[in-house]
Amino acid sequence: MTAIELATSNGTRMDDRGADAALAIRSMTVSYGQKPAVFSVDMTVPSGSMTAIIGPNGAGKSTLLKAALGVIKPLAGSATVYGQPVENARARIAYVPQRASVDWDFPTRVLDVVLMGLYRELGLLGRLRGTHKTRAMECLERVGMQDFAKRQIGQLSGGQQQRVFLARALAQNAELYLLDEPFAGVDAATEKAIIDVLQGLRADGKTVVAVHHDLSTVPDYFDRVFLINTTRIAEGTVEEAFTPQTLQEAYGGRLAMGQLGQTALGA
Amino acid sequence: MLWQALTFQLGYNATLVTLGATLLGVAAGVTGTFLFLRKRALVSDAISHATLPGVGLAFILMVAMGGDGRSLLGLMLGSAGSAWIGLLCISALTRRTRLAEDAAIGAVLSVFFGIGIVFLTFIQTMSEGRQAGLEGFLLGSTAGMLYSDAVIIAVGGAAVLLAVIAFRRPLSAVAFDPEFAASSGLNVPRLDLIMMGLVMAITVVGLKIVGLILIVALLIIPPVTARFWSERVTGVLWVAGIVGGVSGYVGAALSAIAPALPTGPVIVLVSFSMFALSLFFAPARGVLAAVLKHLSFQRRVHVRQGLLALAQGQPIYEKLTLRLLRRAGLARADGVATSDGKARAAKALRDETRWQMARSREEFALAATFYDGLTEIETVLTGDQITELDRLIGAPKGVRP
Repeated sequence: MTAIELATSNGTRMDDRGADAALAIRSMTVSYGQKPAVFSVDMTVPSGSMTAIIGPNGAGKSTLLKAALGVIKPLAGSATVYGQPVENARARIAYVPQRASVDWDFPTRVLDVVLMGLYRELGLLGRLRGTHKTRAMECLERVGMQDFAKRQIGQLSGGQQQRVFLARALAQNAELYLLDEPFAGVDAATEKAIIDVLQGLRADGKTVVAVHHDLSTVPDYFDRVFLINTTRIAEGTVEEAFTPQTLQEAYGGRLAMGQLGQTALGA
Repeated sequence: MLWQALTFQLGYNATLVTLGATLLGVAAGVTGTFLFLRKRALVSDAISHATLPGVGLAFILMVAMGGDGRSLLGLMLGSAGSAWIGLLCISALTRRTRLAEDAAIGAVLSVFFGIGIVFLTFIQTMSEGRQAGLEGFLLGSTAGMLYSDAVIIAVGGAAVLLAVIAFRRPLSAVAFDPEFAASSGLNVPRLDLIMMGLVMAITVVGLKIVGLILIVALLIIPPVTARFWSERVTGVLWVAGIVGGVSGYVGAALSAIAPALPTGPVIVLVSFSMFALSLFFAPARGVLAAVLKHLSFQRRVHVRQGLLALAQGQPIYEKLTLRLLRRAGLARADGVATSDGKARAAKALRDETRWQMARSREEFALAATFYDGLTEIETVLTGDQITELDRLIGAPKGVRP
């Protein structure tokens, strides 16, 4: 646990240590058409930390994640994972996209979705063996979905779909976990199950970065915050970066001052 | 006669055509599955129409070089070339301009087809070469199919089939969740291009038998049919292959016994009839099953609502509710509960009360997602949990009757 405390207390000096960081983004600009969604953003995620990316709607939170992963091509800038270019570090990254980004009527069962997390490892001609299925079942157990393994994915509730996506990321057996709104539209039991898994990952020394919407849970769930509104607004530990001033700066008039005072620390 | 056709006893040509059509059907059904799952079925229509200029140009070139002009291999290479150019046009229009894919497909499809028709018309005026039969590539023409043609079709179809099977995992990963696929290091644009290349290969291989206008049917109808029968990619692949194969086999046999019937269109009609049967009668996803399921669901809702009304002493106005209750022996014609009805009503009310409590408590949140107004809570919760619910119901509000 000391390693984590070290990492977070050194948060402000992380920039010098970009090479050791789990994820380091440098001067990233992503644009749809002529208007940049993300502009010249730097981000440094210390290894073993748990970071919330927050900001108003359309602030470029998901875009930043996707560009860092190379899912969309940035206009400028680069990202490294544990000091290596992302292409060379794929095996160390797991990704949970937004639930709404896929067609849930796709002909596949819960276990098959989790097995997709093993495809990279299997390669083109590798055979799917019993051990792979056992591993996928273990991942389903960790999110409490083992009884649903044979279900068609269309029969799941929103929260259950999100857990299956998390199980697929767990199957990737990575060190850096990037999640895009894992708590959006899920029931309370699922939210608890997901946060338990994520905190378990951090306890094992893994690094977690999640796009997050619910400001009230930020201090409980995360130890670091990255505030973005097209440009980087603030970055650091919850104490440093999650303040009424930074939130005001990120959200502008879109949050009432009272709300800011309640959610942010140091009010 | 049909039996003889199906058992390859109708002569050399009919046997070649039937074997070729069967293999083409299997390969097209399996390849089309990924096109269908990736929701890009219409791209195949553009690809197939874009083959026509290549067919014409290849013919002209071969004649100009002093050849026969009708070598199937040469025509296939030409058609593949122009289909590939059409494909690149669609992808460039979609990526580089603000045109959506459907508009790009429409533009490429019609322009390439138009160019192709101009070439064919020009060829008709040429004195050299034996141009007769080139328009057979529009709708397929199997009369006079050579042994070498059949071998080309068989080898091409088998090669595409093997390639699709090798790529099945990355292709289904990209079809289901392209973002996740990209994040795990799969090259999504390249895999899409591979899929389109395989579709193009099937189109080119199928030109002789079903023709470029109808090949789309052989790519799309089998997977759509198969989707009615399976909830897994592997299952859809198998069923699509079988539907495609049976269509080719039966269609070719039918057109062999009635030579007035063109092979390609008959194959398409056979696959359509399998689609129609599946649409109506498939057990889980068919129209009939959906109607029956809806009716049974509606009845159960009415009975449940009626029972809750009886338990709370409310009058029942809906005729359907009353009729269903009466038929089940739960109520009399005037809406008064029978003794059986009273017992069932009390149980329904208790069930509903327990559900309400479960849905209001966080510790039952997961179970609460199963609430649909019909499921009995005993099927979701354990006895201990229900005892706990009853304690919660009883505690704050005093004793209930």
